[in-house]
Amino acid sequence: MRLFAAVLGRELRLSLRHGADTLAALLFFLLVAALFPLGVGPEPEMLGRMAPGIVWVAALLAALLPLDRLFGADFEDGSLDLLLLSGLPASGVAGAKVLAHWLVTGLPLLVAAAPLAEMLRMPKQALPALMVGLLPGTALLSLLGATGAAVVVGARRGGVLLPLLVLPLAVPILVFGAAAADTAATGLSPRPHLLLLTAMLAGAVPLCPIAAGAALRGAAE
Amino acid sequence: MLQADRIAVFRGERLVFRDLSFAVSAGGALVLSGPNGSGKSTLLRLLAGLLPRAAGTVRWDGQDALADLPLHARRLVYVGHKDAVKPGLTVIENLKLAARVAGGSIPVALTAMGLTELADLPARMLSAGQQRRLALARLVLGSAPLWLLDEPTLGLDARSVTLLADLVVSHRGRGGLVVAATHLALPLPDAATLRLG
Repeated sequence: MRLFAAVLGRELRLSLRHGADTLAALLFFLLVAALFPLGVGPEPEMLGRMAPGIVWVAALLAALLPLDRLFGADFEDGSLDLLLLSGLPASGVAGAKVLAHWLVTGLPLLVAAAPLAEMLRMPKQALPALMVGLLPGTALLSLLGATGAAVVVGARRGGVLLPLLVLPLAVPILVFGAAAADTAATGLSPRPHLLLLTAMLAGAVPLCPIAAGAALRGAAE
Repeated sequence: MLQADRIAVFRGERLVFRDLSFAVSAGGALVLSGPNGSGKSTLLRLLAGLLPRAAGTVRWDGQDALADLPLHARRLVYVGHKDAVKPGLTVIENLKLAARVAGGSIPVALTAMGLTELADLPARMLSAGQQRRLALARLVLGSAPLWLLDEPTLGLDARSVTLLADLVVSHRGRGGLVVAATHLALPLPDAATLRLG
């Protein structure tokens, strides 16, 4: 636990020092969502109808942005060896990276989603379902994304490969996440969708760090 | 006591070495020599537990060393040919993780490698030799008995080589082990030499 906190602390300090990278994902999120009214027209009716989907797709794309550097930077400068030799199992290193990614990318996206949904005139009654869905949703994106990033680390053109690997895996998250907010907007209960999202999270929390850890060990070879 | 018995390693399809056996006892040192590509770095990474071996055993005090990798990692400090220095962090911050893992004092480590005056500079301002010294300062943190050094003197000036040699002497005096791959002269009195390739 002490080692986990040490690795997590290092990650957070690094993200703080590279503040521009951290902010880039958030700005990207806001910009992508702001493009939709320009593309599909500003009718409040249509935008409000599309808002949950827009927020979810934008969050998905924004969460991908920092993944390329998540392990890539450490791999290139040799820090990955140090992390693997920190006395923490490889899955623990991956777990700390996932948590750092969520704290630095997922949590700000979650916070920014509320004003964004308001901007797109999403129906008021859908907001709680959107936020509650994004909570496990962004965590799932961090878990799946970090696993994908660990698999492509060290590969040439890994940055191109990464979205191709992660986006198909993220489809169920998008489907149920957007559906939760959608059903809430029409006055139905979003509960089944949210439960499914949480179930996926419960599966991914133990499995993704193990997979990512194994991939990191492979990359260090 | 570090003992390797008939180890073999593949890199991809290529057999790097096979039937390699050696032993380093407490206070001992082993210098790996051989031409480029003969497997010196590979052997060091294998001893660190970063690479899988195709055959053979590595023992630490008679026990299989690589069976529990997190435990083995606590026994060793590995300084690879990359410095693992984060340019955005200061010199002190670069050592923080290693200090929290090993439990050593950062000021002592900085003094040992002559980095005290640079402590608050971002590491990107350091020269290549100073970054190397920063990587080597990790050796002083904690009390891991096994040092694995890959070309530790690369880019170091004569004074820093002396500092490093002093560190190695006192480490060996405490019963520590050193396995080093080096082309340049790092004075290692009565070290065994293992020729690869």
